[in-house]
Amino acid sequence: MPRRTDLRKIALIGSGPIIIGQGCEFDYSGTQACKALREEGYSVVLVNSNPATIMTDPETADRTYIEPITPDFLELVLERERPDALLPTVGGQTALNVAMALHARGSLKRLGVEMIGANAEVIDRAENREKFKAIMGQIGVDVPRSGVAHTLAEAHEIVADIGLPCVLRPSFTLGGTGGGIAYNREEFARMAEIALELSPTSEVLIEESIIGWKEFELEVVRDRADNVIIVCSIENLDPMGVHTGDSITVAPAQTLSDKEYQRMRDAALRIIRAIGVECGGSNIQFATDPHSDRMIAIEMNPRVSRSSALASKATGFPIAKIAAKLAVGYTLDELKNDITRTTPASFEPTIDYVVTKVPRFNFEKFPDADATLTTQMKSVGETMAIGRTFAESLQKALRGLETGRFGLGADRADRWGTPDQPTSDEIAARLATPNCERIWFLRYAMLSGMSVADIHATTRIDPWFLEQIADILTVERELRAAGSTRAMTPAAWLRAKQYGFSDRQIATIFNVAQSEVRRERKAAGVEAVFKLVDTCAAEFEAVTPYYYSTYEAAVSYLPSAIGQKQTGPAGQIAEDETRPSTGKKRILILGGGPNRIGQGIEFDYCCVQAAFALRDAGFETIMVNSNPETVSTDYDTSDHLFFEPLTIEDVLNVCDRMKPDGVIVQFGGQTPLNLARGLEAEGVPIIGTAVDSIDRAEDRERFTALVDALDLRQPPSGHALDAQGALAVARRIGYPVLVRPSYVLGGRAMQIVYDDASLLKFVTTALDVAAGKPVLIDKFLEGAIEVDVDCVADGTRAVVGGVMQHIEEAGIHSGDSACVLPPHSLATALVEEIKRQTRALALALEVKGLMNVQFAVTAAGEVYVLEVNPRASRTTPFVSKATGTPLARRATLVMVGKSLDELGMHGEVTPTHFSVKESVFPFNKFPGTDIILGPEMRSTGEVMGIAETMPAAFAKSQLAASAALPATGTVFISVATRDKADAVPIARALAELGYKLIATRGTAAALRQEGIRVEEVRKVQEGRPNLIDLMKNGAVDLIINTPSGRGARTDEAKIRAAAVQHRVTCITTLAAAQAAVEACRTIRERPLGVMALQERFGKG
Amino acid sequence: MVEEKITEVIDIAKLALEDGTVYTGTAFGARTTTAGEAVFNTSMAGYQEVLTDPSYTGQIVCMTYPHIGNYGINDADRESGHPRVEGFVVRSLSRTPSNYRSTQSINDYLVATGVPGIEGIDTRSLVRRLRVRGAMRAVISTEILDDSELIRRARAARDMSGLDLVREVVPSQSSQWREGLDAPLTAHIFKPVLPRKRVVALDYGLKWNILRCLTAVGCDVTVVPGTATAADVLSLEPDGVFLSNGPGDPEPLDYAVETIRELIDRKPVFGICLGLQLLGLAFGAKTFKLKFGHRGVNQPVLNKRTGRVEITSQNHGFAVDADTLPGNVELTHVNLNDGTLEGLRHRTKPVFGVQYHPESSAGPHDSTYLFEEFRQVMG
Repeated sequence: MPRRTDLRKIALIGSGPIIIGQGCEFDYSGTQACKALREEGYSVVLVNSNPATIMTDPETADRTYIEPITPDFLELVLERERPDALLPTVGGQTALNVAMALHARGSLKRLGVEMIGANAEVIDRAENREKFKAIMGQIGVDVPRSGVAHTLAEAHEIVADIGLPCVLRPSFTLGGTGGGIAYNREEFARMAEIALELSPTSEVLIEESIIGWKEFELEVVRDRADNVIIVCSIENLDPMGVHTGDSITVAPAQTLSDKEYQRMRDAALRIIRAIGVECGGSNIQFATDPHSDRMIAIEMNPRVSRSSALASKATGFPIAKIAAKLAVGYTLDELKNDITRTTPASFEPTIDYVVTKVPRFNFEKFPDADATLTTQMKSVGETMAIGRTFAESLQKALRGLETGRFGLGADRADRWGTPDQPTSDEIAARLATPNCERIWFLRYAMLSGMSVADIHATTRIDPWFLEQIADILTVERELRAAGSTRAMTPAAWLRAKQYGFSDRQIATIFNVAQSEVRRERKAAGVEAVFKLVDTCAAEFEAVTPYYYSTYEAAVSYLPSAIGQKQTGPAGQIAEDETRPSTGKKRILILGGGPNRIGQGIEFDYCCVQAAFALRDAGFETIMVNSNPETVSTDYDTSDHLFFEPLTIEDVLNVCDRMKPDGVIVQFGGQTPLNLARGLEAEGVPIIGTAVDSIDRAEDRERFTALVDALDLRQPPSGHALDAQGALAVARRIGYPVLVRPSYVLGGRAMQIVYDDASLLKFVTTALDVAAGKPVLIDKFLEGAIEVDVDCVADGTRAVVGGVMQHIEEAGIHSGDSACVLPPHSLATALVEEIKRQTRALALALEVKGLMNVQFAVTAAGEVYVLEVNPRASRTTPFVSKATGTPLARRATLVMVGKSLDELGMHGEVTPTHFSVKESVFPFNKFPGTDIILGPEMRSTGEVMGIAETMPAAFAKSQLAASAALPATGTVFISVATRDKADAVPIARALAELGYKLIATRGTAAALRQEGIRVEEVRKVQEGRPNLIDLMKNGAVDLIINTPSGRGARTDEAKIRAAAVQHRVTCITTLAAAQAAVEACRTIRERPLGVMALQERFGKG
Repeated sequence: MVEEKITEVIDIAKLALEDGTVYTGTAFGARTTTAGEAVFNTSMAGYQEVLTDPSYTGQIVCMTYPHIGNYGINDADRESGHPRVEGFVVRSLSRTPSNYRSTQSINDYLVATGVPGIEGIDTRSLVRRLRVRGAMRAVISTEILDDSELIRRARAARDMSGLDLVREVVPSQSSQWREGLDAPLTAHIFKPVLPRKRVVALDYGLKWNILRCLTAVGCDVTVVPGTATAADVLSLEPDGVFLSNGPGDPEPLDYAVETIRELIDRKPVFGICLGLQLLGLAFGAKTFKLKFGHRGVNQPVLNKRTGRVEITSQNHGFAVDADTLPGNVELTHVNLNDGTLEGLRHRTKPVFGVQYHPESSAGPHDSTYLFEEFRQVMG
């Protein structure tokens, strides 16, 4: 069945901002889908609010709407564009939900838009728990026994039927609050009562406990002709009870016999057919009882998912691309396997390596959050590693996490054998409850003498995995016994490398420099070889150069047997599959590794732009990255993809083999910058801004000298290596001061302090974080306006790409504050001065490529330089979208020798429309965390609002960030004492606009004094009904609450937490409140409209 | 230099190919020397089924998936009474299995049954070599460590083409098969069709799961040696005749072709793998040797009658040449990877066969309908 000819234009919905549970995997799938559909000649209309994506690049779709993903806005887009079909399955749950809402309100039918990939009935069957359960019953697939109770009596009836232990899941509580496992009747009675009370609908799901069972996922693809294939099986190392996004997962399944696997496959086929996904991909989760033949279907996602992205990267089979083509009518056998280009896509990939994914967490930014891993996802990113064995891939993945670990222990962060060695009590506790440190504690447990059987009994982790980890420890012991590089035979080197030990770990064990380990190992003839990811275990020749490194024993050949190439000594070759140079210049781009708060999709965007620009300019591109969610690790993005951890050793291995003519380090965030010096020392040609210039910008003293030389202003500052030094600096420059560790991204451990006591407290933490590096202390410019500037320079000229004015005042991390481009309230002369300073800095630093500068402007109009980053910034994609200028592409071409003149970058672009970037936070995943903003970055993602006026753009950005501003209703105001006076005009404006104001006693009195009508409400401790009751009843539409204190236990923090739980928009700064008032005024005047990027920039 | 390295490892095994390639790894299983044709299988699980599949007689099998032995060996997943491979080649052997059905490790199993194994070699480079040069004669040894001697022995090993390996594996006498697919992991696959029919299975090296499938779908199966004559078969008054899989080249098996020629006019006949090739020869078609064969559980086969793609389990080094099929035989299935013949059917008689393994084991259950069809054509 060829492609459908009755469709011409197809709308596609993205997943919006990066949030926990919805990461950049949907940029990867969405971009693939866009490309696939356009390849087939369809016109693609894309809606996504996230500017940091490749999919919202104006070149990815025909019509790109960076607009809020709400039914109202989608409807506006559909009205304007009148597409024939809507593909809702590549934008995560967000896209599915909004598509379902459009279906429910009849918009799709009215506008004649067909849902393709999965229709509303299918989505409902898969997502509605009761319907899903019923269908499973009909097709003979086992599900956990369960029931829903509304009363205690019902709860007892249900548990009598399903038995103990059982899981209680109260409906609609945040982060699963009030849920848990009951092991006995007494516990059950108590927990059921609490669960019913906490659930706003007095509803609790009581489910048979399958915690500790083995957990699997199958990635299933089906076409219109009912051909079904399983692309990949994934086994979770962490058994049932930990969300798969938070589990260490392994592909393919390791511990299933063929008989068990085929039964699971049969069930998956029955499920996808019964649910009715006609053409597309689905993810189905199963659990098996390790001690019997029982198998249970957990859930199904009728769309591409995080796991399908992982499966695509793990196998080389591009699920989203294929799913998009199936959605327009193709069958699997009509499509080619991209990797072989000779065999069809109607097959099941087989792999000859092991893939391990390890999640990355950011709990340190949410000290009040519960760090136990549960069925609610908490990780913010992930890294994937490929090795020939599980041991190798696990160790590679652990060093790919970039958390200062270089494998499973035996590195400098290893606590074993130090005074901080974990006690048996700590080990027992860390094993018993799933947590993000558990992998390290498996090793500690083994070192402490616990047997695999004991560890299995506590953790329920399959003994097979534990045995493999025990093998890693055996090799570690062998290395310790060897003691030095001199004692290492070639066989011993090979064995250590085959078990995944990094040079860094070996160097730590031998107590020598890493470079010595590398030198001696290479001298022993043990070097990394690269193998292909080819979907077929080498059965067919692969065309696509997608590689991973491993270590293999040499093969010996009789002279007559030697085939195409000989690289090793005398007839001994460890086979390597990389290809010889084509004669084109090779440029290697270092990616950003796993997503984390402070380093996310924005940097992947830049890396991908670099690859595209270089490819267009005739270079051969090489991408090195370890993040499976990304577009950069799509084998289509670059000419050679190396799926490798971003460490000196792994990158040098690639450089050894590929001999790049240039390496780009300024696009992947801090990750590659941290490697730059080490790579340069080994002779790797870094292109773009010199490593020394990066150092000049990052080294405080050198930077201060630069600022002085340019006659610019910097807040007074100093640095200290200990607490006493810090006190001295603070007293010299005067409080308040901003303290932070050097060389840390995302404002980790950064704090504004107002007195000696707080300074001492925070310096201690900061010193800890920076591990021996100094603590930086800056004068904090209270009340100043922050400005971010991105520019491109070629060494002789600098062009400002965009000037962004922050909405929130100085002191809030630039990654967390909203900003507007162009500045909405800065005088033209001031903006010009900021641009002048930016250009001066870029020229002085001899920047070749991108540079970002942060300024603070005081009320008196003085401009201070806060920091300079001679690299791509978090705002690069936002600026590119706001101004229609592909900054990262231009910067890339500068790095390979083009001048700005040659690139046609003569002047600066100041758009006539306004663009607002707003940050999105994970607070709803961490109940109990206070949501006030500060100098430590905590947002996971961002959205963009574009409109002709600043208030309209701001209103859109709030809608897109799920913090919609109400056009009417009740506003609760409660501000800190210092803010009372400034809150008055805001309250007055709201009252004049017709909003009803409510406030607690203090604020109410202050407002009444100014003649503003306000109703008083009770604080939480003042009795009931109080403010939280009003929120629960939906009687509050907006909250303006500026903090007077910080901490989860304060009354105001409870208000903010309740706002998150009840999804009431809560504004915590007066600056944002001011912007919100203007936005409210605008949305009351006239409805917001939509416009495609291509229209704004004259390409549509 | 090679020798120096070797002395450090206590338990060496070597694998030498006729082209002069020598792989040095660690021994497992039996300590001995064997020769055979080196082939690879791309199935990620199902190693026990592979080891015990009689079609691997005379072959040294390399598994492309690196971790083998993870879930051990159990009593149920056998395709015959003992391992049939000449040697077993893996990247990484799991010596401590983990599975509720496991009764022993693969190492213990191969020690007990006399099969040598080699682990720790670059199996992917071996596979690429076999892909480029084709299946090669090879020697696996834990005793002889001299490369030249090993290569000499590999070159002296018997060639698969023209060799009758079936005589080495046929049972000495007939037997009645009883076992179905009632185990919890497989009970869902078939619903029996009544009334039950009598089937005679000609055993050329039969996989037991074929018998389990036939039994489960509603057949009472008598297994007779593949050397039986048509008269022997007909004397059992079967409702249908099944032609089994088996090892090696179909061409030298004149006796079998003779028997089949007589049976196809008299009874419904269903053949699998070697059984299909023999059916092809009986119809007058030709067979040929594939470069490196199809061995795995992910081979896409187009069913030309339905237009649907089946993901199939395969293990064959020879194939029927589709261009030589007579006009009265229909090409029903085709391999989508290389276009080779995967199924045929007589246009008027209830006689058909497939090159792949609808009984799977190891592999997917996409093609179990063939057993149902066979049961149906018997009335």
